[in-house]
Amino acid sequence: MTELNHKMVEQYRNDFLKEVEANVEEGDWVKMCMQCGVCSGSCPFGPDWEHPPQEIFMMIRAGKRDEVLRSESMWMCTSCYNCIVRCPRELPITHIMHGLANYAHRLGIAPKMNPTRRFAKIFWDNIAKNGRVNELDLSVKLYFMDGFKKGVKRAIEMSTVGLGMLKTGRLNPFGLVAHRGCKDKKGIQKMLKKARELEDRRRGLATRGA
Amino acid sequence: MSEVKLGTYICRGCGIGDRLDTAALSVVAQKEGKAQLVREHDFLCSADGVATIRQSLEGGEVNQVVIAACSRRSKTEAFNFENVTVARANLREQVIWTQPDTPEARELTQEMAADYIRMACAEVKKMHVPAASANAGTNKRVLVVGGGVSGMTSALEAAKAGYEVLLVEKTGALGGWTAKLYKRIPFREPYADPVETPVHELIAAIGKEPRIKVFLNSTTTRTSGSPGQFSVDITAESGNTMTENVGAIVMASGFSLYDANKLPHLGYGKSPDVVDQAGLEALALKAAADGARIRRPSDGREVKNVVFVQCAGQRDASGEHLTYCSGYCCNASIKQAMYFKDANRDIDTNIIYTDLRTPGNGEDFYRSAQKKGVSFTKGRVKAVESAGGSLTVRFHDLILNDERATVTGVDLVVLATGQIPNSGMNIELKAEPEKADDGHGPSVEVPVPVPPKAASVLNLTYRQGPDLPQLKYGFTDSHFICFPYETRRSGIYATGPVRRPMDLVQAVEDATGAALKAIQAVENASLGRALHPRSGDLSFPSFRREGCTQCKRCTVECPFGAIDEDEQRYPVFNEGRCRRCGTCMGACPVRVISFENYSVDTVGAQIKAVDVPDEFSEKPRLLLLACENDAYPALDMAGMNRLQSSAFVRTIPVRCLGSVNTIWITDALNSGYDGVMLMGCKHGDDYQCHFVKGSELADYRMSKIDDTLKGLNLEPERVRTYEVAITDIARVPQLINDYAEKIKEIGMNPFKGF
Ligand code: SF4
Ligand code: SF4
Ligand code: SF4
Ligand code: SF4
Repeated sequence: MTELNHKMVEQYRNDFLKEVEANVEEGDWVKMCMQCGVCSGSCPFGPDWEHPPQEIFMMIRAGKRDEVLRSESMWMCTSCYNCIVRCPRELPITHIMHGLANYAHRLGIAPKMNPTRRFAKIFWDNIAKNGRVNELDLSVKLYFMDGFKKGVKRAIEMSTVGLGMLKTGRLNPFGLVAHRGCKDKKGIQKMLKKARELEDRRRGLATRGA
Repeated sequence: MSEVKLGTYICRGCGIGDRLDTAALSVVAQKEGKAQLVREHDFLCSADGVATIRQSLEGGEVNQVVIAACSRRSKTEAFNFENVTVARANLREQVIWTQPDTPEARELTQEMAADYIRMACAEVKKMHVPAASANAGTNKRVLVVGGGVSGMTSALEAAKAGYEVLLVEKTGALGGWTAKLYKRIPFREPYADPVETPVHELIAAIGKEPRIKVFLNSTTTRTSGSPGQFSVDITAESGNTMTENVGAIVMASGFSLYDANKLPHLGYGKSPDVVDQAGLEALALKAAADGARIRRPSDGREVKNVVFVQCAGQRDASGEHLTYCSGYCCNASIKQAMYFKDANRDIDTNIIYTDLRTPGNGEDFYRSAQKKGVSFTKGRVKAVESAGGSLTVRFHDLILNDERATVTGVDLVVLATGQIPNSGMNIELKAEPEKADDGHGPSVEVPVPVPPKAASVLNLTYRQGPDLPQLKYGFTDSHFICFPYETRRSGIYATGPVRRPMDLVQAVEDATGAALKAIQAVENASLGRALHPRSGDLSFPSFRREGCTQCKRCTVECPFGAIDEDEQRYPVFNEGRCRRCGTCMGACPVRVISFENYSVDTVGAQIKAVDVPDEFSEKPRLLLLACENDAYPALDMAGMNRLQSSAFVRTIPVRCLGSVNTIWITDALNSGYDGVMLMGCKHGDDYQCHFVKGSELADYRMSKIDDTLKGLNLEPERVRTYEVAITDIARVPQLINDYAEKIKEIGMNPFKGF
């Protein structure tokens, strides 16, 4: 995994901005930021980020590759879109945050224990397998990702929500053994594989990774 | 004028008739005002009302007019009579509209109105019809000093309007700074790329304009006279001097770049690869001429990595360098970064700024540079070091708060150093001040110009010094908002970066305005009329020679350098330069200066005409001397808004607080007024005084009146000066009421009835 990371470091040398432009979703917008700080001021999580969006953009320009890609910051984004709506330069900030998170993850240098990353991974594996979310499987994996004891505790905490979902038919009680998935699971998986190949080719990334 | 025949016309319209007993006012006008003719009218400003006045004027029944109606600021068209003196009693805005409409208030309101009638009748008798100055200058040529874009634009605009122009340029070619630019910042859509400068076009246009005569390698070595009749020596490098007559002068002497040698920490002078913005333009021009890329001055290698340092020696809080922002250099650096990016996208260009200031459409230009890949870093550059054939820029990254941020491997550093004005010599820098001691009040310090570090631009022969007075940072003095073109020398207009830092677009606009001002000046001067701000005024000051003690006070205090001295040290008034503010009149300790229609007597008579009730009446009298430019309109507007104020105040408009002679104050207090308020414009560096120094001088004089008050055994609160702006509509009645309260507290003036 870090092999890919090495390859990128070699390829772009000092120019992290260029690397971001070429590999991160909407990355070519980064240079247009005028450092007004409106995004950071608008973000409901602003105070909790180590590096809020404005700072991330500056760090990219300053070539602080490791600090950015290994940071927990962009994983904090909840996609509320406040920043996009307010940015005077119309940067698609939310998308860039997710793009950066995704890129770091692909390179294998994203913070391992970041809960958002872990949730995203569980969610993706879940949905990519069957073409439809298996709520029970997802919940179980999520609650128990930090071990059995914590899992039981979380499950009890969330039991009323679970019961509600059960009642309204949003949760299949037999999901763990009998999840139906979508009609053409194979087709979906093939489609996702192809999409990944196309994207990697476009970006010049080796066909591998998570 | 022969026999005085005073006609008083009292209007009953606009509610005046309902609120006041006009019949009683007529009696006041007749008995006390000594009016030969008194008429009341239901609607005086109507065609019929005006015709009534005209008939009595034409029939010879009347040769002086008092209009007791609305404010002198209202209905000026209707009540405009030629060759006759007119005084106005402001019964509407400042009497009925400031008093409550109640039966109890009627008595005081009526007393107020009666006083204003007495005052107007007294004033008009002291007034004379002003005749245009006999010394009008009729030369309509315009002299433009400076052949840069500002100067060339002024010259062309004046010529296009039909005026002859003399254009004097110190160097051997027209074009100024702009001729040294490779390209200019874009000035129209799409604001994306640098564009050609207008220099060649302008030079060609001047070549084709028969009304413009160009003097290259020449300077103005002597300038005397006044608007409409300046005499100027134009001296060529060879020493040849020609004397020319002109009507107005545009001074477009431009700017110099702040000297980068004062910035050794930024590497200037240490490495040839550190240049200022002019240095980069020279490199770009050379590259263009050679058909090559921009090269490093040190070894001629192509520049691959360039850093721009914004605010180099500018916006410096320590005060060691320029403290102001020149406003154009952010855009200029963006433009210069594009020189590189447009030639080769791979060249690293980094602009390090603290605040990127790209006003107006500069924002589009900024965005365009970002699209082209110019990097912008918010930081404060601390040092530029040279080692091993390249430069290192050390800066404090203000976003990442990294004190030790660096850019290494830099080929070229460009410093944005900013503009300093070429305004010639600072005539207000004082050497050993000369003392003017006249035995009347405090001594005046007469500023003596120090030997100039900078050579004079205009070499004026004025008593007050050879160049235009300066305001802040050496830029020529003008009012930034209200009258940006006016300098303190009538008929001489500063334009372009000598007035304030500016870019090309602003300079062109500015220069066009200056050409228009010059045209106004020559036209007004040829009719013997005042220029700004009493434009069209025919009155001018004169002095009674026999009374003058040669104290020099008027000469020194005239804000516009209008007064010179003759061999016997008597003042010489240059009417063309005079703005008719009356500051000299206020200054004169022996009161020998006056205008035909405004004098120590016209105001003094009003003060004395007011009926001052005795000590036991509980009716104090407050005199309010209000500047006619700001305070008086504010008072009128307070009336329009029906804001009530004390019925004990009597207001007299003055041309400027500077024209207030202290005799008025002492006379008022001696004759029983209980307090005197003076309302004038803000003074200081951000002054609003229409006559620049008038309100400041008034403030100074009033600060000295305390001694006089003490001598009379009066409280210092009896005289108060206020700074009032035209927008202080709600504040003025408040000030009056508070002051009335104050006077109530300290009690009546003990001089009543003496
Ligand atoms: S709001 Fe937009 S321009 Fe401002 S700092 Fe954030 S991304 Fe940059
Ligand atoms: S979309 Fe993300 S980065 Fe933007 S304001 Fe919301 S949480 Fe913050
Ligand atoms: S225009 Fe820019 S570089 Fe120039 S002084 Fe102002 S902020 Fe500094
Ligand atoms: S002080 Fe005013 S009125 Fe007197 S000469 Fe100077 S400009 Fe004219």
